[in-house]
Amino acid sequence: MSDNLLELDHVTMQFGGVTALDDVTFAIRRSEILGLIGPNGAGKTTCFNVMTGVYTATNGAVLFNGASLAGLKRFQITKRGIARTFQNIRLFPDMTAIENVMVGADVNHRTSVGGALLGLPRHHREEAEGRNTAMELLTFMGIADRAGDAARNLPYGYQRRLEIARALATKPQLLCLDEPAAGFTPAEKIELMDLIRKIRDQGYTVLLIEHDMSLVMGVTDRIVVLDFGRVIATGTPSEVQDNPAVVAAYLGVPDDDA
Amino acid sequence: MSLSESLRSVTSGARSVSRLGEALGNQSRSVRWSFGAICILALYLLPWWPNVPVLGWIVETPGTSFPSVLTDQVVIFVLVALGLNVVVGLAGLLDLGYVGFYAVGAYTVAILSSQHANLPWLLCMPIAVLVSMVAGVILGTPTLRLRGDYLAIVTLGFGEIIRITANNVEWLGDSRGISNIATPPSIGPLKFTVLDAKPYFFLGLTTILIVIFLLRRLENSRVGRSWNAIREDEDAAELMGVDTFKFKLWAFAIGAAIGGLAGSLYAGKVQFINPSNFPLQLSILFLAAVVLGGAGNMWGSVVGGALVAWMPERFRGFADKRVFVFGVALVLVMVFRPQGLIPRKIRKERWLESWKPSTGTALGDKE
Repeated sequence: MSDNLLELDHVTMQFGGVTALDDVTFAIRRSEILGLIGPNGAGKTTCFNVMTGVYTATNGAVLFNGASLAGLKRFQITKRGIARTFQNIRLFPDMTAIENVMVGADVNHRTSVGGALLGLPRHHREEAEGRNTAMELLTFMGIADRAGDAARNLPYGYQRRLEIARALATKPQLLCLDEPAAGFTPAEKIELMDLIRKIRDQGYTVLLIEHDMSLVMGVTDRIVVLDFGRVIATGTPSEVQDNPAVVAAYLGVPDDDA
Repeated sequence: MSLSESLRSVTSGARSVSRLGEALGNQSRSVRWSFGAICILALYLLPWWPNVPVLGWIVETPGTSFPSVLTDQVVIFVLVALGLNVVVGLAGLLDLGYVGFYAVGAYTVAILSSQHANLPWLLCMPIAVLVSMVAGVILGTPTLRLRGDYLAIVTLGFGEIIRITANNVEWLGDSRGISNIATPPSIGPLKFTVLDAKPYFFLGLTTILIVIFLLRRLENSRVGRSWNAIREDEDAAELMGVDTFKFKLWAFAIGAAIGGLAGSLYAGKVQFINPSNFPLQLSILFLAAVVLGGAGNMWGSVVGGALVAWMPERFRGFADKRVFVFGVALVLVMVFRPQGLIPRKIRKERWLESWKPSTGTALGDKE
């Protein structure tokens, strides 16, 4: 098996006349934390959406474990082992924190109408397994004290963590986090980054979209920089940091240099 | 007592029922079971309620026999509301053609027991449930790709197609309808005849209890959780691995099956059906029952279905203004209780208090 868990192979994504991703090629290696950064509108979330099947790429392919994801439905891609969170929190607001996570855990369950109606042993086993998984993940994320509350009633920081717990419950090979620290205080951000490192240490591969450069530098193994839908740099945090194209994209180019 | 006063008493009554439910939830198992047993006994005695002082004055239906109202209206509406609640309340799919499944159930029994065969009711009933379920799958397969308003319009069309087809196809009895439909077989002293509505009520109530029992199992399982997730955010649910199409189709099929079950009970009771028994208005009333009771709450559906069926009969004294009174009552209830009389509850995770962390596996068993 190759080192690459997921590869984007010359992916282009067009919406009408707008090219959101232009010939994007990069790979995510097993057990690394890959940062995906870029200015607003660079195509980071579009990248996520192509990978998780929300959009079908206009051109190019997404390979997961060497196999193309083309033609798979979104839930099938999740079953294959890609889980994500959302930039704008999208929990199930009227369900409890536990239930939210159990929905994720259900990916690995098979009970359907028949099993539930008859109360088959598998149904009970899977329910118990789902509860345990959910409680352990909530504990891991540090939000177990509000496990029985509706997601809508949780504080903002809890909701962000709950999304990660829900994604982890699917037991993904690749965890995609879309600006998980958005709206956090600096202290909360550091705490979250520690958590992400811990998640990686459990054997997960993490793809992280983040705005805050200093954070990305601290936690990621490698970084891919997008600008106007193109990959402008790839490398370790320090390599990327010194890359003139990246500096230009983030800070702009002085007029006399242009 | 003025109208608004009486409505206030209805809504505050609903509120106290909700509170009673919560209070009971905190009681021990034996207390809950005995309370449930008493309630069920009281329900089986419903046909005699009009003979009780005060209570009798509230529930009586002037001009119509109370047991007939129970069997022809209340039982049917409660059953239908329970089925439609799966589709609308749990999975969040707006179905405006639910009467279609109800008609399919009734017509299946009519065709098999009178028009084209002489099968006994007891055999026709499960076939009717199955046929309605298949109808649900047939309607759902192409249409469940649609969302919201579009789905509502397609289902609306389906309800009309069923009625108009029945009206125009001679094999289905066309506008004259089908008579001599088989009645359920006698069970001991319970004789299903035109003269006595009570046996039908006992049969209907028993059916409702069984349906509630089964639906509760579904609600407390992966299936119910998936439905809830789809209702809350369909895209997020799918990205979390929920096979949304499959579970939406199940919701449709199960809802249709319960609608067909109600139809087969109805056909067995009235023994004569024709297309005018299944107007579009009935779909709207079914939906009103679910929304009035509280979409997503099974007990709400029971209360909503019973009220929508019973109120027009209770207000028969208002003669031709009774529909107006009924409409005003609906509007006012929705103003004071927009979530319905018994709103959907956030799930109580009772087991949480006794949960103890086991050896961590959720994250650890990756390798």
